[in-house]
Amino acid sequence: MEKARPLWANPLQFVFACISYAVGLGNVWRFPYLCQMYGGGSFLVPYFVMLVVEGMPLLYLELAVGQRMRQGSIGAWRTISPYLGGVGLASVVVSFFLSTYYNIINAWAFWYLFHSFQDPLPWSVCPLNGNRTGYDEECEKASSTQYFWYRKTLNISPSIQDSGGVQWEQALCLLLAWLVVYLCILRGTESTGKLEQLANPKAWINAATQIFFSLGLGFGSLIAFASYNQPSTNCQQHAIIVSLINSSTSIFASIVTFSIYGFKATFNYESCLNKVILLLTNSFDLEDGFLTTSNLEQVKGYLASAFPGKYSEVLPQIRNCSLESELATAVQGTGLSFIVYTEAIKNMAASQLWSVLYFFMLLMLGIGSMLGNTAAILTPLTDSKVISSHLPKEAISGLVCLVNCVIGLVFTMEAGNYWFDIFNDYAATLPLLLIVLVEIVAVCYVFGLRRFESDLQAMTGRTLNWYWKAMWAGVSPLLIISLFVFYLSDYILTGTLQYQAWDASQGQLVTKDYPLYALAIIGLLVASSTMCIPLVALGTFIVRRLKRGDTPPVA
Amino acid sequence: MRQNNSVTQEHTRRSKAKADGENAFKVRLSIRTALGDNAYAWDTNEEYLFKAMVAFSMRKVPNRETTEISHVLVCNVTQRVSFWFVVTDPLKNHTLPAVEVQTAIRMNRNRINGAFFLNDQTLEFLKIPSTLAPPTDPSVPIWIIIFGVIFCIVIVAVMLLILSGIRQRRRMSKGPTEVDDSEDKCENTITIENGIPCDPLDTKGGHINDAFMTEDERLTPL
Repeated sequence: MEKARPLWANPLQFVFACISYAVGLGNVWRFPYLCQMYGGGSFLVPYFVMLVVEGMPLLYLELAVGQRMRQGSIGAWRTISPYLGGVGLASVVVSFFLSTYYNIINAWAFWYLFHSFQDPLPWSVCPLNGNRTGYDEECEKASSTQYFWYRKTLNISPSIQDSGGVQWEQALCLLLAWLVVYLCILRGTESTGKLEQLANPKAWINAATQIFFSLGLGFGSLIAFASYNQPSTNCQQHAIIVSLINSSTSIFASIVTFSIYGFKATFNYESCLNKVILLLTNSFDLEDGFLTTSNLEQVKGYLASAFPGKYSEVLPQIRNCSLESELATAVQGTGLSFIVYTEAIKNMAASQLWSVLYFFMLLMLGIGSMLGNTAAILTPLTDSKVISSHLPKEAISGLVCLVNCVIGLVFTMEAGNYWFDIFNDYAATLPLLLIVLVEIVAVCYVFGLRRFESDLQAMTGRTLNWYWKAMWAGVSPLLIISLFVFYLSDYILTGTLQYQAWDASQGQLVTKDYPLYALAIIGLLVASSTMCIPLVALGTFIVRRLKRGDTPPVA
Repeated sequence: MRQNNSVTQEHTRRSKAKADGENAFKVRLSIRTALGDNAYAWDTNEEYLFKAMVAFSMRKVPNRETTEISHVLVCNVTQRVSFWFVVTDPLKNHTLPAVEVQTAIRMNRNRINGAFFLNDQTLEFLKIPSTLAPPTDPSVPIWIIIFGVIFCIVIVAVMLLILSGIRQRRRMSKGPTEVDDSEDKCENTITIENGIPCDPLDTKGGHINDAFMTEDERLTPL
């Protein structure tokens, strides 16, 4: 007798798994950045429009497919049409790339978490130079938080060509991160459950993209999660709940992030003013404590008129302190998490406590998303009878974790962060758009929207709302096609791709061109997942032709 | 007469302080920044203490044990508070080389700071870099300790889960065979009890019931 498919203990477990997968680091470090770049509060308009028009319908579609087919992504799409097994395979390949590079973020979060139990926090002070007469040069030019990130954590090389060796500290943290992920997925389903300027077209495009990737569509994780559902589960309700919770988490994270920005900006502005005061006091031998922030401008004017020669000497060193320019610095990604936030935290009272809490939160977000990613890879593998008959579930999970960990060691090398950026920017963006487009077209036009609708009705007992049908059949595919076309043209028009490299001598980032082999690898990344779809379709077509040719016609 | 002499002596010394710029050091104090409301005013008595501290530092240098307070000259005192000082050697009538003064001050920096309730940042000798205290470096970095603790916990948890999974599977595979054995025994007793052999009804071995025709033979082949 066939082994019964494991089920979620209750629908709440499933909802929590989806939420923990969808709410990830992107909510914390990408959404606030987009809000800031595209007009603050007004970015919420395109964001919510895209959520309602694109995010919820696609999320509902993936959950419904998983619940109906009761298989992982490869099996589910093969059931819809034998030629479409490639879509599932492409999802698995993209999930594989994602899980390879995503866990290094958890490794970094562990590293910072372990270093938070010190007084003072290691990123708040610069180390001393060789003869102990001053601070390290690189640290002076940059800042102590940047120094700790680029030198102590990453030990970054000047360019992507200088690979350097594997950093054993990062490798250990990566190993620990994979062990924790393995621990969580070991028991399978039972354990995962138990947690922009409106007229600017770019604002709309970025809103659409953000919704897309924030919900984690196209990786096959949602299909995997939903396949463990009871057939009668109301996945429409869950789709709405998950997407609303994901969006409110993004907005909440933005509120926190903006207050952190404000704190950091105020602090930097005040220390800038104090530096100017000290400079003037020392140059003109004024009485200690005479210059304050309130009389600074007055005194500057007086000094300029009374001692013009000396003042013009000192003038180049006087920085124009402006709160607006401090507030205007917008950072996203690892730069936000590990540099800006740590800079704000080091200036707070009880900074060790805030630091521990913050990196613990990052870890929870990161590991929650990792579980979804690995579920996307493992579910098709455990579904396949060939593999699951030879190896127990624990061994398959262990093997997947081991392979990913070994490949992930690439990101612990000195040039690792550059490769991380490559994977982060190119491994998922374009292939996912294509995958979700094929998914929608497959369900609506290959499987048949009417047939899917009647299946869902039989399964859940509820009729399908006209709104979902309209979105699936018309609006969402058009939106995805336009996103796809935009990104493709953007890549082509920009010409050669560039990246930001850390220059230790200047203490800041510089732009460099990717070497040829890096461009080749980028192309390979995009092609390896997108080509799965046509190749598998072609392969199935050929195999069927051959079979038809072999068997004699039955009378 | 004596007064005139001391005035001219003072004058020549002062000119030496300005003239030998390369052996003179500028000192800057930030008393208000350091002490806030408890700040003391800088006057000639504090200057005297400063000269005494410098002379004391010089006395610690070999060959300079005879340095007197009067050999230390201070000039150009500003409101900041900042001033220049130089150490002279009246016997040879020149100023002591900067390197010697530098080493002396560096070695006794803490004592000088302490005398004025200041620290390296608030009592600055502009050409004398202070030796910064390195951050305390424990022999085993703290992060490795925490890493080790969490690593061990995770490994133990993984082992426990794997072992319990193996045990569960072994129990499941033993289970059906045990149930089969007990069924066998039951059937043996039943067949003997009644005295009627129930072999045809024993379905455990999957015996074919000959009473019914097999599916294949029901339909005559074409």
